[in-house]
Amino acid sequence: MLRRMQLIRAFDSMLPDLYTRQLIRGSSHAAIGQEAVAVGACAALAGDDYITSTHRGHGHTIAKGGDVKRMMAELLGRQDGYCRGKGGSMHIADFSIGMLGANGIVGGGFGLAGGAALSAQLRGSGQVALCFFGDGASNQGAFHEVSNLSAIWKLPLILLCENNQFAMSARVEQMVSVRDLTRRADAYGFPGISVDGMDVMAVHDAVTTARLRAREDDGPTLIVATCYRFVGHFSGDTQHYRTRDEIQRWLERDPISSHRRRLVDSGVLTEDAADELEHEARRAVEAALQFAIASPWPAAEEAWEDLYA
Amino acid sequence: MPEMTYAQALNQALREEMLRDPSVFVMGEDVAVWGERGGVFGVTRGLVDEFGPRRVRDTPISEGGIVGLAVGAALTGMRPVVELMYVDFITLAMEPLVNQAAKLRYMFGGQAKVPLVVRSNVGASGGKAAQHSQSLESWFAHVPGLKVALPGSPADAMGMLKVAIRDDNPVIFLEHKLLYFQKGEVPDGEHLVPFGRAVVRRRGPHITVVAMQVMMQRALEVADRMAVEGIELDVIDPRTLAPLDIETVYESVRRTGRLLVCHEAPERGGWAADVAAMVTQVCFDHLDAPPARVCGANVPIPYSTPLEDAVLPGAAEIERAARELIEGVRV
Repeated sequence: MLRRMQLIRAFDSMLPDLYTRQLIRGSSHAAIGQEAVAVGACAALAGDDYITSTHRGHGHTIAKGGDVKRMMAELLGRQDGYCRGKGGSMHIADFSIGMLGANGIVGGGFGLAGGAALSAQLRGSGQVALCFFGDGASNQGAFHEVSNLSAIWKLPLILLCENNQFAMSARVEQMVSVRDLTRRADAYGFPGISVDGMDVMAVHDAVTTARLRAREDDGPTLIVATCYRFVGHFSGDTQHYRTRDEIQRWLERDPISSHRRRLVDSGVLTEDAADELEHEARRAVEAALQFAIASPWPAAEEAWEDLYA
Repeated sequence: MPEMTYAQALNQALREEMLRDPSVFVMGEDVAVWGERGGVFGVTRGLVDEFGPRRVRDTPISEGGIVGLAVGAALTGMRPVVELMYVDFITLAMEPLVNQAAKLRYMFGGQAKVPLVVRSNVGASGGKAAQHSQSLESWFAHVPGLKVALPGSPADAMGMLKVAIRDDNPVIFLEHKLLYFQKGEVPDGEHLVPFGRAVVRRRGPHITVVAMQVMMQRALEVADRMAVEGIELDVIDPRTLAPLDIETVYESVRRTGRLLVCHEAPERGGWAADVAAMVTQVCFDHLDAPPARVCGANVPIPYSTPLEDAVLPGAAEIERAARELIEGVRV
């Protein structure tokens, strides 16, 4: 799990430089600070379980086992990208690993994940679907409709809210009617669990429990993982909505440093091996960038391909 | 050939496809037990008894949720057929249809397919007023990635619904309320009507009329009346707006030199304008008169009978427009 968290950190840390070098365009959103949620959750899933992601989706894709080379090629708009250059950062998907896509619509994943869970139930496949979403998306109607539908049909669904405190500039306590987001599960009659989103093990344990419940036909679980986005909503965010002190307080709870410390203290990793994991992640991302730069641009005609099956 | 109603033909298409393919399932509000066990218009009648409540699912009133789940199920190996009771309610499901279903395959670079059918109905009938009478087909024709089908007879209802269900793309399948209880012959055996192929409902050398469903029937009435005077209409039913068989329209206009496009939806921004524009661009040299439209008024559908009659186009308006097209030509 530390390896994957390092890879996410290394990948998303490249973004400002990629913009500066004009290698990428459009919008991309870094998940720096939120790595434990993605990695803890996906580590608790089976390979063929489904996830749906958000506009801030790089971490989820890497956590589910996505290939950073093809991700980077997609960011650069190249032919070897996951979407052959048609999607970009906000639409990376890898159906071969059950990753049903990042999504540019806040709340767009609820229906997709709920439907994947319905599909799994109808096919009797034993798969589970996990929907990543943010505190902001919990105010969308889709959250409430899919919560109700998945509850009445006992769908194998895990609703994982990454409460990173902000919907762009809007603080969660100003925009959400309840202080404790898990109370929203009460309205639909399924469990709502609060978890420290800066602790990868805690997230892993919560998702493991929710997954067991889903597979026993007991229906959905809402998990609210409290975390913090260390960087702006996207590159260029002025961040007038928060103070340096606040950021600093959360940085002290860095999910990667704390998990590393835990592994070293318990003798699972040496300091050198932990350092090497970090270097390895940087090398992998650098190699991904070289791969992406070498990948050809799509031909203009391809804009007319892939519309209909 | 057996005779059956449009609703019965749709019902048989659903039954045949559910028997043929276990991944097909139906969901919507009141599709399982309402009325005579299935559907406000009886289209899903009896299916729950044959296929059980797992495959014929009554849902809460939650259009956005239902369609959202259907998109997710379609992405992951199922073939959902959603019924929305009236097309007016599809407005609550535009996000999953327009942002998700229509775009996922494209924006994921061809990784996904979305074999989804959303069935609903268009058209005014009997004073259902502004929120149960709309004809929204032009909206969906405007969204790349969707297919839009509007069957105009029991035979087409059956053949087109079967094709819609087998299609690997999202199909907005719009029935017409006034057609549900009309009877017609349906071919024996496996009947499939491919998308993107117009049918010429009546041959004639003088005016090309493009119309679907009830407007197509009104055009045929007018054609019967005018034929007595020696004016023959060429009535084309495109059957699907996306894909649209515009070639059949071009071919007709090259023979007739006159085009009249009719739809019940409001004129402004409607598909008739698009057809008229394409014909003008491609067949300009063949046109003997400017293309004409007979469409709904640019107002919501009102309740009271005289008001509803005033805003809906009918045979009288089609006939007037046809005469103007003929008489307008002073050679």
